Amino acid sequence: MTEPATVGLAQVLAALDEVRDPELDESVTSLGFVASSTVSEEGFASVRLRLPTYFCAPNFAFLMVADAYDAVSGVAGVTRTEIVLEDHFASEAINGGIAARSGFVESFGDLAAAELDELRADFVRKAVLAGTDRVCRPLLAAGRTTDELAELTLGDVPPSADRERLRSRRAELGLPSEDASPLLVDATTGEAIGAQALPLHLRRARLTRVSIEANGGVCRALLSERYATSGLGQKEEVL
Amino acid sequence: MYEKDGEKYFVVDSHMHYWDASPENWVAGAENYAKGWIDCFHAYQSLGPPETHWSIEHFQKASEDDLMKDVFEDGYVDVAVFQPTYLKEWYTTGFNTTERNGALAEKHPDKFIVNGRWDPREGEAGIKQLEEDVARWGLKGVKMYTAEWREGSRGWTLKDPEAYQFLEKSQELGIKNIHVHKGPTIWPLDKDAFDVSDIDHAATDFPELNFIVEHVGLPRIEDFCFMATQEPNVYAGLSVVIGGLMHARPKFFAKVMGELLFWVGEDKMTFGSDYSIWEPKWQIEGFVDWDYPSEEFSDYPRVNTATKKKILGLNAAKLYGIEVPVECRLPDEAETPAAQEDAQLVDDGATV
Repeated sequence: MTEPATVGLAQVLAALDEVRDPELDESVTSLGFVASSTVSEEGFASVRLRLPTYFCAPNFAFLMVADAYDAVSGVAGVTRTEIVLEDHFASEAINGGIAARSGFVESFGDLAAAELDELRADFVRKAVLAGTDRVCRPLLAAGRTTDELAELTLGDVPPSADRERLRSRRAELGLPSEDASPLLVDATTGEAIGAQALPLHLRRARLTRVSIEANGGVCRALLSERYATSGLGQKEEVL
Repeated sequence: MYEKDGEKYFVVDSHMHYWDASPENWVAGAENYAKGWIDCFHAYQSLGPPETHWSIEHFQKASEDDLMKDVFEDGYVDVAVFQPTYLKEWYTTGFNTTERNGALAEKHPDKFIVNGRWDPREGEAGIKQLEEDVARWGLKGVKMYTAEWREGSRGWTLKDPEAYQFLEKSQELGIKNIHVHKGPTIWPLDKDAFDVSDIDHAATDFPELNFIVEHVGLPRIEDFCFMATQEPNVYAGLSVVIGGLMHARPKFFAKVMGELLFWVGEDKMTFGSDYSIWEPKWQIEGFVDWDYPSEEFSDYPRVNTATKKKILGLNAAKLYGIEVPVECRLPDEAETPAAQEDAQLVDDGATV
């Protein structure tokens, strides 16, 4: 094994912390998807990614590998980047496509009809809904009424990691994300949710969060069954 | 039948298989897919209790004796519904075909219901095949894979005009139950294969048919629930939900069940073991013992013995016209579950 430049490796992992599984809205590092990574003294960064099953959806896999390439390439001092997806039925097409800087359609030829931007946006909207539940549930538990929530702004909510995560997902979609923006907005239009529509909106938010988190639970369980070792930066799941 | 604490549960396993994924059945040139597919299923089995795990060799091809013992003798199942999965491009004689299922069913009368399949892209030949299959096997149900990739087509939807022809034909031939796989899949690459909006259309236009969404649209339960709450003839097939979550992720299982009970309701949820991914025994025992683990779940609909009887067998018995022994019936069939009223409210306000 070549001697890794340790400072460079930490920076590469920090960059990978920002790469998310679009479906689960969690970073590829915390999910355990980073099998290994090395950085040479010349700045050649190599990352090996892994997924819970051989047949994980190739569209999401492509997005993760492409995002990882962009994130690692952007690290100061990295001169060359290689991202390799291991043990996947579409590894060859994805790895080849990313290395050649091709889009999804070009990499898969006739099998893919459209680029993945719209699919990604759909899932960021789901992340906004799930994040809404994470931020609102503690407020309701503390005695706030739904009518009161309808009046709140993002800035009214006590600062937390969940609030900032919600803010950043909203910003990603171009939805209002300032402190003065309403706490509850429609994830497509950005319009404030009125008090009357709020109970249903909150139920949908809860359901969306349950769906994403249960899906994440299955993915983690399958990953730990498939690989005996932890991924770089993998976070333990709270069961 | 399963009996616990003096209660008798009539069990219909509404989603199970009898497959041959042994290496001898792999298509030359497609071995990676054939192996990858069954390995993937095998990994799912690991989500069940350790003592129920099988070796990969056993898992590739359970014998007839294994199945009869696991499902009926040890597994409490009264009637099991075979759901076919052909996959002939990877498995020479098919993975789990109606013919293979049907041969077993004929040897064991009254134990099985044999379902068929169709694919609207097969046109007239497909219609003819469906007629033959109905005549041969007395089909009351079919299972379909809308995301299946075929000869350059990237899947299909139930709202395609061609699919409507097949739905009309199915109805004409006496088929009642349309099981649709909306869950983990491979093709197509670019579309969201879990999209359930097509079921919304078909369910509205074919009110006499029942649409059972297998795997409840996992991993997109939210889309399924928003849709199912508005359609009286859409059901939640719990295969994978109980097998995949109840043991491995009990907290998420409780939440998913709570959501399904709230949005879909206990009258429209059906148990399926997904055998031989998982054996029915531990799923049935565990589910009868199950309740929400803590106060955290207090705003979900309650679960009682009647709820479990419906989910484990009574609901599917209604769908398939299966006679339920008197001692397993509910005392008051007219009982309305609490979730229904809430679901009605949701229906009025939903803007999906």
